[in-house]
Amino acid sequence: MVRLQAAPFDSGALLSAFCADRSETGAVVSFTGLARAGEGDVESLVLEAYPGFTDAEIARIAGAARARFSLQDVLVVHRIGEIAPGEAIVFVATAATHRREAFEAADHLMDYLKSRAPFWKKERGPHGERWIEPSARDLEDAARWE
Amino acid sequence: MAKVLLFGRLGDIAGWRERVVEPAPANLTALRELIAGLDPALAEALAGKGVQAAVDRVLVRGDMALAAGAEVAFMPPMSGG
Repeated sequence: MVRLQAAPFDSGALLSAFCADRSETGAVVSFTGLARAGEGDVESLVLEAYPGFTDAEIARIAGAARARFSLQDVLVVHRIGEIAPGEAIVFVATAATHRREAFEAADHLMDYLKSRAPFWKKERGPHGERWIEPSARDLEDAARWE
Repeated sequence: MAKVLLFGRLGDIAGWRERVVEPAPANLTALRELIAGLDPALAEALAGKGVQAAVDRVLVRGDMALAAGAEVAFMPPMSGG
C-alpha cells in the first residue's frame, strides 16, 4: 500500500499496525526517514509530488519489490508539503517469511525513493530556498539493484 | 488544447506551474519548443540534464504525438525520502 499525505505521521503507530495479525510473517523491517536541520541551515523541507503519477509510480515499484523479494506485504507512507526538522518524511515497512528478503526490500525501496520516485524537494532556510537533487551517492545506491 | 505542468525548479524558473496551450501542438517536441520560446531561462532549464517528460502520466523518451486534451508534465531530476 502507498500513501502520500500532508499531515505528520507517527511511525511507531504505523509499525504497530503493520505488525498486527501476522501469524505467518517471520520478519518485518521498517525504515523512517527524518528531516534534518542541517546545523541551522534548514528551517523546513517542501516536498512536491505529481498527484496521480507519483502514487502510481511508487505503487508500481512497490509491486515489483513485492515480487522480487517474495514479500508478504509492503507499506510506503510519504509526506508531501512542508516538513519541519525532526519530523518523519518517509516510512517504509516490509513483511516477509524470513529476514533477508525484508531487509533487502526495504533498502531497495528507499534507494528508489531517494532518486527515482517523482518528488521534488526544496530546502527553506535563513539564506533562502534551494532545490535538492539526488547526490552521486544516491544515484550509485539506486544503480546497485539493476 | 494541451495542459502543461512544470515541477520542481522548472516551475520556479518559469513563474507558473500549470498552463493551457491552445491549440495543442502536434507532438511533444513542438510543445517543448513552444514553451521554451516563451522564456529563455525556462528554455535553458528544460534542456538541462535529467529533465524528463510525461504525457498523460506516462514517462516518454524521445518524441510522441499529442492527442487533444493531453496533459504534459516536464520534470527535473527527482528526489524523495
